[in-house]
Amino acid sequence: MAKQLIKGNEAVVKGAILAGCRAFFGYPITPASEIAEAAAYYFPQVGGVFLQAESEIASIYMLYGAASAGIRAMTASSSPGISLKMEGISYLAGAELPCVIVDIVRGGPGLGNIAPSQGDYHQIVKGGGHGEYKLITLAPNCAQEMCDLTMLAFELADKYRNPAVVMADGFIGQMMEPVEFPQPVSSFPDKPWALRGEDADQFRLITSIDLEPEGLERHVLHLQEKYAQAEREEVRFEEYQTEDAEVILVGYGIVSRLLHSTVDEARAKGLRVGLLRPITLWPFPSRRITELATRVSAFMVVELSNGQMVEDVRLAVAGKVPVWFYGRMGGVVPSVEEILRVLRQQIEV
Amino acid sequence: MAEMVLRKSPSFYDVYERKPGAIKYQTHYCPGCGHGILHKLIAEAMDELGIRDRTILISPVGCSVFAYYYFRCGNVQVAHGRAPAVATGIKRALPHSIVISYQGDGDLAAIGGNEILHAANRGERITVFFVNNAIYGMTGGQMAPTTLVGQKTTTTPFGRRAEMEGPPLRVAELLASLESPVYIERVALTTPKNIARARKAVRKALSVQMQDLGFSLVEVLSACPSGWKMTPVDSIRWIDEVMTRYFPLGVFRDRTAEAKPMPLPKISYDLDSLLEKLEIPSGEAEGVIASPVPHPRYANPRIKIAGFGGQGILLLGQALAEAGMTAGYRVSWLPSYGPEMRGGTANCHVILSDSRIGSPLVSRPSVLIAMNRPSLDRFEPEVESGGLILYDSSLIDRPVTRRDVEVLAIPATSMADELGNTRAANMVILGSYVAYTGVVEREHLTHILPKVIKRKQLIDLNERAIARGYEYALMHRTAAST
Ligand SMILES: Cc1ncc(C[n+]2csc(CCOP(=O)(O)OP(=O)(O)O)c2C)c(N)n1
Ligand code: SF4
Repeated sequence: MAKQLIKGNEAVVKGAILAGCRAFFGYPITPASEIAEAAAYYFPQVGGVFLQAESEIASIYMLYGAASAGIRAMTASSSPGISLKMEGISYLAGAELPCVIVDIVRGGPGLGNIAPSQGDYHQIVKGGGHGEYKLITLAPNCAQEMCDLTMLAFELADKYRNPAVVMADGFIGQMMEPVEFPQPVSSFPDKPWALRGEDADQFRLITSIDLEPEGLERHVLHLQEKYAQAEREEVRFEEYQTEDAEVILVGYGIVSRLLHSTVDEARAKGLRVGLLRPITLWPFPSRRITELATRVSAFMVVELSNGQMVEDVRLAVAGKVPVWFYGRMGGVVPSVEEILRVLRQQIEV
Repeated sequence: MAEMVLRKSPSFYDVYERKPGAIKYQTHYCPGCGHGILHKLIAEAMDELGIRDRTILISPVGCSVFAYYYFRCGNVQVAHGRAPAVATGIKRALPHSIVISYQGDGDLAAIGGNEILHAANRGERITVFFVNNAIYGMTGGQMAPTTLVGQKTTTTPFGRRAEMEGPPLRVAELLASLESPVYIERVALTTPKNIARARKAVRKALSVQMQDLGFSLVEVLSACPSGWKMTPVDSIRWIDEVMTRYFPLGVFRDRTAEAKPMPLPKISYDLDSLLEKLEIPSGEAEGVIASPVPHPRYANPRIKIAGFGGQGILLLGQALAEAGMTAGYRVSWLPSYGPEMRGGTANCHVILSDSRIGSPLVSRPSVLIAMNRPSLDRFEPEVESGGLILYDSSLIDRPVTRRDVEVLAIPATSMADELGNTRAANMVILGSYVAYTGVVEREHLTHILPKVIKRKQLIDLNERAIARGYEYALMHRTAAST
């Protein structure tokens, strides 16, 4: 199909609609507002619902309602708004409601700024809301993946009856790149648990409460089983030049693109460097990293944060080889030359 | 016991299977609690109106968190205060359903104040049953927004003070000040007469929703003998004698006679013309028009474009990216965004490349297009050695000082003025850049123009601007670029 030059944020909306999403509940925030704006434009035209809520709190609970009714539905925001949604996200996971949440991460903490950041890794991947839940988390690194991974997020959310998050940053959301859109999804999984406004609803209940400790434990164990299955089946990552690499760079989202160029430049200078890019931040490609740790001499993790994903890399490497870290914060995006300089310094130490 | 089961409304489950423990026929409410009475009124109304099979009831956080033990319908349990938002999501997804938001006074008037206000103001086609028992029952008797002045609770041990905790909130009156609500009434679960009124109000509120008229709410003054530390009998008397003085009973809004049905649209999954509606180009990829072969020094440009907001900076970049894509390059376009735009400057980064694009951020441009003086001042030093600077010499009153870069000064704004529209200066520069470097062909620009210039009547003007820039650059092309 022909390609379209389009912003990542708009590609999310078109991808969502192609995936059968028919409800969007939003609240404006830079740099995610184009998602709500495109949704306001397209959803009503395709027979869907767009609603600008009174807050991110309201929007996550509108999503809870729409997901209870079994339709594919979504919301999008940026870091401070995602913080507000956290209670609802925990409820969604507890009540096993599939839905998609997009986080176009910005600089924090507090109001921070609107520049690109990856400082939400902990709040999305490790929790942020209360209780023992996980979010399927996808990290696109281009406009094409903003479409593709949004569509995948709906599929995985339904497969696991769990919220899925598309986590990107201001650059990936704001930049335009060519996107080839796939055909619309036309068949959807059954949701016998969903409320339909019909007599059989009397046998259905959407809830996350269970006052009996044994009962709640059983429920949480059931969630953990789903998470274990996702860890077996859904890990996605991309490798570049890792076959003979001595040092492996690890980065996701916009950083992975910088690292791709870094690998090329390093190789031109005779350094055997490769790249591992997690596409799913949860489930994390831990197993692959553990394997690689047996045959490389070091990893270097680069993030637009104080070092959050690096914790997961270190857990997977388990001390076998050094794991170096380089992070920029506050919305500063390092240049390829800068990363290469740090890499060479580390290698020489 | 058997007798009780027989009399029970069919809108209640026969046996409360979801309720833990051995007692499956009685509710979990305290003796004399108003919740049980209100449940009964709602269930009976569901029977009478014949809506049980399409009703979805939302259980809040509060003593009625387990309302789903009892009502034989669709049930959703939600977070504290958020029932109106959840109700909104359900109703929009399932317009034919009857959605009931059942809430206590802490839930609705304190933590959920924003959600109820906006659901009411949007005129959501939902029905809210609001239990005002002047206290937090579930958590053991703390102050609610509706607690009366002087009333002792566990968090107002000396009595509520208007000057410190504020006076109690009158929700029915507050929401009746909004335009949208169709029906709002306050009732009390006390005497048989008052209960009869409440029964009518419950039915009316639901019928408002059945007719798609809009938002309806019934505030129910309701006893909490446990929280108030009173007997059930004293509780009833306290509602009638004390509560109703501050919370008068009555109808605060009734537009049922004049309101017109406003049914919500049904969700559609019609795939017919979906791609058209999404403005997704269908059909095969366009054939690449004769691929350009620029001079190596201009190949794979990393371009920064900067100027005033309003000069069409972002559009110029977008046109380049579109043309590059048509010419078979990998392309990226990254704008400055957010408050930076508000300062009146705009810039964007464009990359055209034969290979995969790493960072879309251009920190060391090989090409700078500067359309005003501040942009040239700011970005001239960033240009890589051997790079190219194009600038609008009708607006920039100084030459480029760098000696290690190639420079093309274009009086773009004057040329655009001659064409009759200052705003076409960006296209003059675009034409110049393309002619000077051969990075894409002239045909690529012609081809993409209708995609980036949305107003058809402007395409011709822009085409002429590109042509002017083109000729100008060809005349000024240096040896290096030929
Ligand atoms: C976010 C959150 N904050 C606090 C609570 C604790 N809590 C449970 S019920 C309740 C008050 C409920 O009072 P009300 O809405 O008046 O209902 P009632 O119990 O009187 O029927 C509170 C504060 C909670 N569950 N969630
Ligand atoms: S505490 Fe009050 S509101 Fe709760 S069940 Fe008992 S009487 Fe009813």
